[in-house]
Amino acid sequence: MWALFDILLLLGIVFLAWRALADADLFRGVMQFIGLGLLVAVAWVRLRAPDVALAEAAVGSGLTGALLLAALARGERRQARTAQTASSPEQPNPAQTGAGAVSPKREHLYRAFAAAVGWLIFGLAAWAVWPLPSASDGLALEARTRLSESGVSNPVTAALLNYRGYDTLLEVAVLLLAIVGVWSLRRADVAVADSAARPLFDSLLRWLLPLLMVGAGYLLWIGSFAPGGAFQAGALLGGGLVLGRLAGWGQRKTPAAHYWRAGLALGLLAFAGVAALVMKHTGGLLQYPAGQAGPWILAIEAAATLSIGLTLGALFAGGRPSNEPISAEPQESPDHE
Amino acid sequence: MSPVNLLCFLLLAGSLFFFTAGTVGLLRFPDLYTRLHALTKADNLGLGLAVLALMLRAEGWAEVFKLGLIWLLVMAASATLCFLIARGARQRGQLPWTQRPS
Repeated sequence: MWALFDILLLLGIVFLAWRALADADLFRGVMQFIGLGLLVAVAWVRLRAPDVALAEAAVGSGLTGALLLAALARGERRQARTAQTASSPEQPNPAQTGAGAVSPKREHLYRAFAAAVGWLIFGLAAWAVWPLPSASDGLALEARTRLSESGVSNPVTAALLNYRGYDTLLEVAVLLLAIVGVWSLRRADVAVADSAARPLFDSLLRWLLPLLMVGAGYLLWIGSFAPGGAFQAGALLGGGLVLGRLAGWGQRKTPAAHYWRAGLALGLLAFAGVAALVMKHTGGLLQYPAGQAGPWILAIEAAATLSIGLTLGALFAGGRPSNEPISAEPQESPDHE
Repeated sequence: MSPVNLLCFLLLAGSLFFFTAGTVGLLRFPDLYTRLHALTKADNLGLGLAVLALMLRAEGWAEVFKLGLIWLLVMAASATLCFLIARGARQRGQLPWTQRPS
């Protein structure tokens, strides 16, 4: 019974992955990618990893899907603009043919290179996994026996923030780097909300956003003893920011850029601060003093939740905040006004 | 089979029926508006029946509450999204289907 379900699930995942990559219609490809993410989340549930399933559904499928759709819309707008300039009676725009177009031969080369890198990574991973004993619990037994000392009773949170805390520290740093990269590339577009659709969308958001915040707090709190935690809670906050932006909220009065910066960096700063503090006491990196791990972990997770949420929302906005409407490409001006 | 289990089974069967009906509508109906109609209406009912069935088997009131909350959230979101998608399509000039062109 379950075997049949699992086989269908796997076939669905492979099929959707193929379609998402191969579909000529990019919009359909993105939709299939979102569907793929949901099926992968179900697969994680089947592997009894609800924490990963939550993160995959929220970040892998939902927010990545929103990012892809936003990129698609931006590309369409740009195409419409180039089409406009091209149809004007003046001489054809040289940038139109020069910049985007890649000769077919080149494209084959790119594809072959990408495939080679992909297979290389796959081969390395297979080479690393192959010699592992097939029926082993790995470190699960050890992780479980020391769980009572870890400060939390959810083994996933224990691994993320205690046993392998430095991995998570680096992950939070990667998120910060990602947003630094996006902010250094461009300003955010001013979100244009459909004004006639607003009453209905607004009335949904007016009670949905508070509920999302409560939900984020709940996920953060239960992360210490049940599936949940900073990434899942942060994804809810980020989703709320995406919705608010789609509805055109906070256009008149966006918080000044230095508030954004402080919020985005808070997670990493708090994480590194706690790491330095406990290192002074115990001498080990992220080795918490005995019996005090729980509060430290919760403090890190609370700060990380806020930063992850803001990062995901800022990634969707697609650039550093700007209060003035953008005409063409504005000249640089100081961000904090 | 205990009466609770039987009721659960019937609710789940009803849920499956409505989900199937919604999916058939999505695949077979002629235009975006009718498809949206089939999907959002039938799926809400299907989800509601599934939630009811799961509530019967829940381990306590907190779980019942959470399941109910999920149902309400999905209903509110799908009703609003249905409106937004249909409105977006209308603005781009998609006309509703009126009759089979023959």
